[in-house]
Amino acid sequence: MSETQYLAAKTIDEAVTAHSKANGSARFLAGGTDLLVQIKSGIKKPKLVIDIKKIVELNTIKEVSDNEFVVGASVSGANLNRNNKFTKLWPGVIEAFRLIGSEQIQGRASLGGNLCNGSPAGDSVPALIAAGCIAIIAGPDGKKEIPIENFHKGPGKTVLENGEMLVSLKFPKREINSSDAYLRMTPRTEMDIAVVGCGVNITLENNVCTAARVSLGAVAPTPLLIKDASDIMIGTDLNSDILDKVANLCIKACNPINDKRGTIDYRTKVAGVLLKRSVLIAIDRIKGN
Amino acid sequence: MNEISNKWIGKNTVRPDGAEKVTGRAQYSSDTTMPGMIWGHVLRSPHPHAKIISINTKKAEALAGVKSVITSKDIVDFPLDTPVILGIQDMRWMCRNVMARDKVLFHGHPLAAVAATTEAIAEKACDLIEVEYEILPWAIDIEDAIKDDAPILHDHIQFNGKPSNIAGTLEHKKGDIEEGFAKADVIIEKHFKTEAVHQGYLETHSCLVSVAADGRATIWSSSQGQFMVRAMTSFLTGIPQSNIRAIPAEIGGGFGGKTIVYLEPLATVLSQKTGRPVKIVMNREDTMRASGPTSGSKSTIKIGATNDGKIVAAQGIYYLQAGAFPGSPIRGAAGCSLAPYDIPNAHTFGYDVVSNRSKVAAYRAPGAPIGAYGVECVLDEIAEALKMCPLELRKINAAKEGTKAVHGPVFPKMGYIETLDAAINHPHYKAPLGKHQGRGVASGFWFNAGGESSAQLNITEDGNVVVTTGHPDIGGSRASIANITAELLGIHHDRVSVLIGDTATIGYSNLTGGSRVLFASAMVVTESAQIVINQLKQRAAKIWGIDEDAIEWENGEARPAGDNAGKFAPLTLAEIADKATATGGPIGAGYQVNTEGAEGGFATHICDVEVDMDLGIVRVKRYTSIQDVGKAIHPDYVEGQLQGGCAQGIGWALSEEYIYNKDGHLDNTGFLDYRMPVCSDLPMLDTVIIEVPNPKHPQGVRGVGEVPLVPPLAAISNAVYQAIGKRSYSLPMSPPKVLKIIEGN
Amino acid sequence: MSKIQVSTNINNESVEYLCEPHDTMLNVLRNQLDLTGSKESCGSGDCGSCSIILDGELVCSCLMLAAEAEGSKLETIEGMSEGGKLHALQQKFLEKAALQCGICTPGFLMASKALLDHNPTPTETEVRFWLAGNLCRCTGYDKIVKAVLEVADDMKESA
Repeated sequence: MSETQYLAAKTIDEAVTAHSKANGSARFLAGGTDLLVQIKSGIKKPKLVIDIKKIVELNTIKEVSDNEFVVGASVSGANLNRNNKFTKLWPGVIEAFRLIGSEQIQGRASLGGNLCNGSPAGDSVPALIAAGCIAIIAGPDGKKEIPIENFHKGPGKTVLENGEMLVSLKFPKREINSSDAYLRMTPRTEMDIAVVGCGVNITLENNVCTAARVSLGAVAPTPLLIKDASDIMIGTDLNSDILDKVANLCIKACNPINDKRGTIDYRTKVAGVLLKRSVLIAIDRIKGN
Repeated sequence: MNEISNKWIGKNTVRPDGAEKVTGRAQYSSDTTMPGMIWGHVLRSPHPHAKIISINTKKAEALAGVKSVITSKDIVDFPLDTPVILGIQDMRWMCRNVMARDKVLFHGHPLAAVAATTEAIAEKACDLIEVEYEILPWAIDIEDAIKDDAPILHDHIQFNGKPSNIAGTLEHKKGDIEEGFAKADVIIEKHFKTEAVHQGYLETHSCLVSVAADGRATIWSSSQGQFMVRAMTSFLTGIPQSNIRAIPAEIGGGFGGKTIVYLEPLATVLSQKTGRPVKIVMNREDTMRASGPTSGSKSTIKIGATNDGKIVAAQGIYYLQAGAFPGSPIRGAAGCSLAPYDIPNAHTFGYDVVSNRSKVAAYRAPGAPIGAYGVECVLDEIAEALKMCPLELRKINAAKEGTKAVHGPVFPKMGYIETLDAAINHPHYKAPLGKHQGRGVASGFWFNAGGESSAQLNITEDGNVVVTTGHPDIGGSRASIANITAELLGIHHDRVSVLIGDTATIGYSNLTGGSRVLFASAMVVTESAQIVINQLKQRAAKIWGIDEDAIEWENGEARPAGDNAGKFAPLTLAEIADKATATGGPIGAGYQVNTEGAEGGFATHICDVEVDMDLGIVRVKRYTSIQDVGKAIHPDYVEGQLQGGCAQGIGWALSEEYIYNKDGHLDNTGFLDYRMPVCSDLPMLDTVIIEVPNPKHPQGVRGVGEVPLVPPLAAISNAVYQAIGKRSYSLPMSPPKVLKIIEGN
Repeated sequence: MSKIQVSTNINNESVEYLCEPHDTMLNVLRNQLDLTGSKESCGSGDCGSCSIILDGELVCSCLMLAAEAEGSKLETIEGMSEGGKLHALQQKFLEKAALQCGICTPGFLMASKALLDHNPTPTETEVRFWLAGNLCRCTGYDKIVKAVLEVADDMKESA
């Protein structure tokens, strides 16, 4: 009866070749927490499912140099959370990742999957954008790198083309006096999809912001890097007047939809509130509070 | 019998069905299989309202593995002009709800079913069935369904002399409402709205049916009543009840939602046609889309009181969604809403409104939470207007023994005031509140029910006890029955085994619903136990050769009653059982009766919330429910009922709602977007059990399960009002709605 | 198209089965291996009724392909009690009335076991967030949370 084939790929080459050959009818299976739901509901009907969890590189967390991490695309939330050094350097990424689903989902779901699913509301994405993370992609022509903020093309759509596979996520070398934070709004405390998500990543030197990245999820067809909002933070002490301005720029950047999960009006307002709150959390983290 | 030594009654014993449930061995209906079993699947309407022009099943039938395809012509038709009533259901609607006849009336309405060798083939075959529809305009919400030019669902239903979606009304009157309002110093009138919410039982509907070659059907299914399953399946298939054996599987939650059939008649017909056992399991999406939620509503509540806090008049007008067929719980809304109060002049009126939604089913005190929501919120406003404590206001007006309720009966001894006193004196009510926190209170009432019940109590050859009753155990009733039996027979609880019989092995017993199960089964078990004790005394009398009147039963033993009876060493149950053959044969008795004397239940709840003023998120920080339960036979499971009801109420008030999209489709059919509270959303749910025994019950039992869902909607609304200083008049109080209210636009 | 042969280990027993590529682990557990203790309430990972432990991680078996179990080690509710002796969590759930209808109970027990395996001294908040992926509609969670905390306390005392 089955119209789907299953392949447990052992190498990147094997996975990429099989995907390429299938001419658009294959899907990569990482944690499966989105893909299996989509297959069951009939939204996706792949002819080939390529399990990539058994490829070592995709399932590895590597500190390539001091404070510089590369995380395999199919590393699960539960697994990444056990890496003490990573969680210390990137608490915002971890809290965003950990918000995806339940502990059961965390046992399987991956950063790579969350990214490739292409949802505008994926929790980890704003945190990855704020972190300045780079996607490493393997394809028929070898590997390429692309910043996460350029990874999404629209709801459910990414830059990945037939035969291309997300291999890992490269985090920039973590500078001292830096931290990040992610907040989302959901009606429930858990088990919900972000109505708005906000990731911030800042560096402070003597209470002055020297680097900042702000990203919003679920307020536009793709997760956004809010460049102007990030830029005006730099050189300031992030006092409440500045944060008001940053929040207003975030509000201006919003282009959300009305749906069962939230209204345009509500999402826009919430974006500003979450921005301020997440900056304060990141500052606290830098100061070691 | 109210004064009992209580060796077992009131003890938190381990439930008889527990070990199987914690090891995964308990058999729920979808866990059952049979040799040769095949699978069924149901084709459902993609439209909210459409005429069925034709159904072509040829391609589906031709698919390899398909064994049978059925449509409405395979289900018994009940003509629209003659009501055929079974309990609160009408077979005219049931036959059309399980399988659409000439029209589909909601998105998800069944219109064909397939049996095939695998579930996947059955599903695929459904896709191959060709249906030609004439799409009709539809109405989802009450406002749309009752306006002048609304699309009419059922042409034969008339209201005020013309076709209408108002399918029925119900009214309660007491005193003179106009006169009452004329005496009031303060009158408050408000409009309220609630959305449809689902019972949310974790086990979806499913069944396995085997019709043997002799035409006899065996049904394994999860329901709140095996006798309801038998009767409805008999009506809808034409098989006589004597040829249907309905076996109650363990039930994975019902809350009222499993008091009607969806799949059993379809699987029965498919099994008849194929000669194979057929299993059908509904998935979550279809369960949400096509099995009954409870009504959404709109209501207007008007209450007048004098300056000293006496309510002089009250009026409640309720419109309740029935879904596609008549039968919304207007009786619960109009009947329960004012019941906690002694009001001289009152009027309640309910409208039963059909629209293009799935047919509603009962949900825990059906209608009563909707009724109480508006009344208990307006009472809060009256208390504020009069600068009174809201609990004092309720106490001044509280119904008590002798009060004639607005819905008719005169209350016997009951414990409503006791719940108010307990609330006033509870530390929770005095605890300080933090920033953006508020505290609300509300009360609630549910009728409770008695009805038909049967029990059989048998003494085993080794002197232990097996009790069989006929109501599916939905939340621990077997544990309570074991406690009562052990108490009555004076033996250790471990020696009592309690089973739920099927329709062939125990006498007719009404649904598990209306908070009737323990009330009713305790009565028939008590009667059975009395008969058995008499038998045991007779056997002892025979063994000792004395008169049976000279024997008493105490602590599980027969003893001579006093010195005149003679000197004999006590005979234990085991010793008597051992000699049963020689003294007259097996020992055991059954009892069956239509139980009466179920008296209403009252509760008062206290709730603290905290509101995120920037995001509009409401979180419940502390919750205490106080309820008169009559007598708590198994306190832990009584508490469990109180806590479970509160949690459902919190969901209803804050996060749960049926959301329909512009195409008339239910847009949140999964647990991701139908937001039932998860563990991290809730605090501990404190309980206070008040015991004012029901004078009409041998153990003093009152129904417990339903009252806990009545007060939360208003208690939480009142708490939110206290936290933010403004009031929401509609549920759920979702973050966007609350933020809008905070911002005042 | 042919079925996939899978060799795995379930509750410390070697198991082999044939499955369709699209079969979920839950489907194979329930409908092929007669391990019906894992329940399907949603089929989308939102309720936790099908929770199992896969190579030490708590997962939803409805969101896992049966083919993925090759070479793995699975624990299901059927393997929780050993030699007829209930696990401390099972015993406590019974004693504290932490179940009503019982359909969610296997999932809660597996999740609670995974929690205590990872964190033997959880706070109430940690228990609540860990168990947020398991829906229960009967109990309001109160008695479940208390039971898990009590087992953790008992473990501390006996350690």
